[in-house]
Amino acid sequence: MYHYDEYDRALVAERVAQFRDQISRRLSGELSEEEFLPLRLQNGLYLQRHAYMLRVAIPYGTLSADQLRALASVARDFDRGYGHFTTRQNIQFNWIELEQVGDILARLAAVDMHAIQTSGNCVRNISTDAFAGVAADELLDPRPLAEILRQWSTVNPEFLYLPRKFKIALCSASEDRAAVMMHDIGLYLYRDGAGEMLFDVMVGGGLGRTPILSQPIRKALPWQHLLSYVEAVLRVYNRHGRRDNKYKARIKILVKALGIEAFAREVEAEWEHIKDGPAELTRAEYERVAASFQPPAYPPQPAVDLAFGSALARDAGFARWVQRNTHAHKQPGYVSVTLSTKPGAAMPPGDVTAAQMEQIAQMAERFGFGEIRIAHEQNLVLPDVAKTDLYALWQQACAFGLATPNIGLLTDVIACPGGDYCALANAKSIPVAQAIQQRFADPELLQDLGEISLNISGCMNACGHHHIGNIGILGVDKNGSEWYQLTIGGAQGKHSALGKVIGPAFSAEDVPEVIAQLAEVYRAQRQGEERFVDTVERIGLAPFKARVYPPQETRA
Amino acid sequence: MNNLIRLTEHGPERVGTDPWTLALTEEPAAAGPRILSLEAWLQRQPEAVLSGQAPSADAVCLQPDDEAEQLQPYLAVLPLIAVLFPSFRDGRGYSQAYLLRTRIGWTGELRAVGDVLRDQLSHMRQCGFDAFAIREDKSAEDAIKGLGGMSVLYGRSAIEPRPLFRRRASEC
Repeated sequence: MYHYDEYDRALVAERVAQFRDQISRRLSGELSEEEFLPLRLQNGLYLQRHAYMLRVAIPYGTLSADQLRALASVARDFDRGYGHFTTRQNIQFNWIELEQVGDILARLAAVDMHAIQTSGNCVRNISTDAFAGVAADELLDPRPLAEILRQWSTVNPEFLYLPRKFKIALCSASEDRAAVMMHDIGLYLYRDGAGEMLFDVMVGGGLGRTPILSQPIRKALPWQHLLSYVEAVLRVYNRHGRRDNKYKARIKILVKALGIEAFAREVEAEWEHIKDGPAELTRAEYERVAASFQPPAYPPQPAVDLAFGSALARDAGFARWVQRNTHAHKQPGYVSVTLSTKPGAAMPPGDVTAAQMEQIAQMAERFGFGEIRIAHEQNLVLPDVAKTDLYALWQQACAFGLATPNIGLLTDVIACPGGDYCALANAKSIPVAQAIQQRFADPELLQDLGEISLNISGCMNACGHHHIGNIGILGVDKNGSEWYQLTIGGAQGKHSALGKVIGPAFSAEDVPEVIAQLAEVYRAQRQGEERFVDTVERIGLAPFKARVYPPQETRA
Repeated sequence: MNNLIRLTEHGPERVGTDPWTLALTEEPAAAGPRILSLEAWLQRQPEAVLSGQAPSADAVCLQPDDEAEQLQPYLAVLPLIAVLFPSFRDGRGYSQAYLLRTRIGWTGELRAVGDVLRDQLSHMRQCGFDAFAIREDKSAEDAIKGLGGMSVLYGRSAIEPRPLFRRRASEC
């Protein structure tokens, strides 16, 4: 992973001192709350329903064991003993005192971490595939360019007061695991026939009140132009994006209003001025950063591992976990392991205790090379595990509640914190997620349903990304009570789709049974190995609607 | 204007008396030189100024919707250019300043006016501003402390066109 040098450390340390000063000026009344607001947001600090929430950046979802231990220590010393991993590969602490934020940030700075630009109307944490650098289907390692983008977007003076938040994701694998098409800028990285790195640039994606998938704006952009091209997009957006209405201020609205061709012409005109200037990336800089991401020296593994084979045969629980929670690796004899943060009622999705974080750090050192990833689905990944070690790892993960074999299944719910924490939410998310997880606790049923993504958001801001869940649940407020609107057919990845609303909203207590009915329609209608989302695409909404909204006369 | 900070070769200094009055509305203009909106400036200039033959007695203030490129023909006759921040959270002025300095070629005074506050000053400076009319209810003495900002800039700016990776390389 990336190794900070003296510049990186100086920037983070100075930022801590700067924000300490801003906090003390807020506490003395010299800064009004209105003046303090964008400053604290650009340092990851929200004011939530009960307390301050601090969102810490995990650039492109990569952590060292020591960094994870530092997060555990923050959870233990400054919060209530846990943290919440988010869909942007960040971590949030929900119970923070303003007076302590400087100390927390200093503790993070000591392990080369920060909370810079995890919120606010600026370029946010750069995200990518949780399996970057190790996935068997990877074309190119996206992390060096993600790190270069992280640096370039950090405290970039021109782009700190954009019309709205701005999210960039990149990925470089056959499968898009970074939800690229729902980002303001999405980047697909690949090599051409001559071996040069190129980007297909997507623009104008975003969820929220007006969900829109991004559109291609430029094909085959040579990698040297990454920063200048993104700069051109941001300058056009900063100058021309709407600021009169925060719900229409994202770049997706500008792209839609102008049309992608006209928007692309604006960007190209801007880019012409800067593309061959000093923002052009150099091979030396790429190689300097890429040197941090060299693969570890993998000890060779035996071609046939009898102990692993016999453990699979002997222990059905282990076999199920291996099937669901491991991911194919570039290196023979190795896999990536996903530790589920979705055990069901025991813990809300994405929540991890300090003790679990410390265990995961220890497992990363014992069974890997001391590295941990945060997945977009709010799970944690150990990227490099020898198959020989899987059984021991699984036993340890079981002991700490991290081995639920449900990755990609219906109970691997993505959920925002919802009304229990968030001041914006119209409805709770966590109890609904837990009720669904309980309804589908039967592992046989869960396995039989196969891959289904289920996403829950407590309000239109769509932090739970409900639009791109195969089943999406949106909390809505009707006359002061909480209701849940369902969408089906959403998908992320290269075949991204926005889900369609199936009809009127349901009460919280009805939601698990309605999901069960949708699942039954799928089971009855599926052909062969067809996944839920493919069945929805083939047969449409009507059979699902008919099941959950039976005609009036038959209800009685 | 009171509360004005200007960058000089000796560093940032408070300006004791500044003759300019920001006159963006149609109210009776105060005595002395005025900073007008772009629209008013274009209307009120004599032909000699508009054709570049004589210096203008008035300065221009760009508002967020204005295109900075419109000033290109008048750079030689303008005494100063101001950029209005109607709210400190409106970031369009940063791009306008950046373009005026790096593309349009303005070398005279570039002054941030409006909701100009301490914690935004270092970013404004990096985008090319060299004068800052601090909001009247704030202390300009305190605000000067905001100009320092941080010592590391990864990217580039109007005053440092090379991103860190080029500066880093040139050091070795």
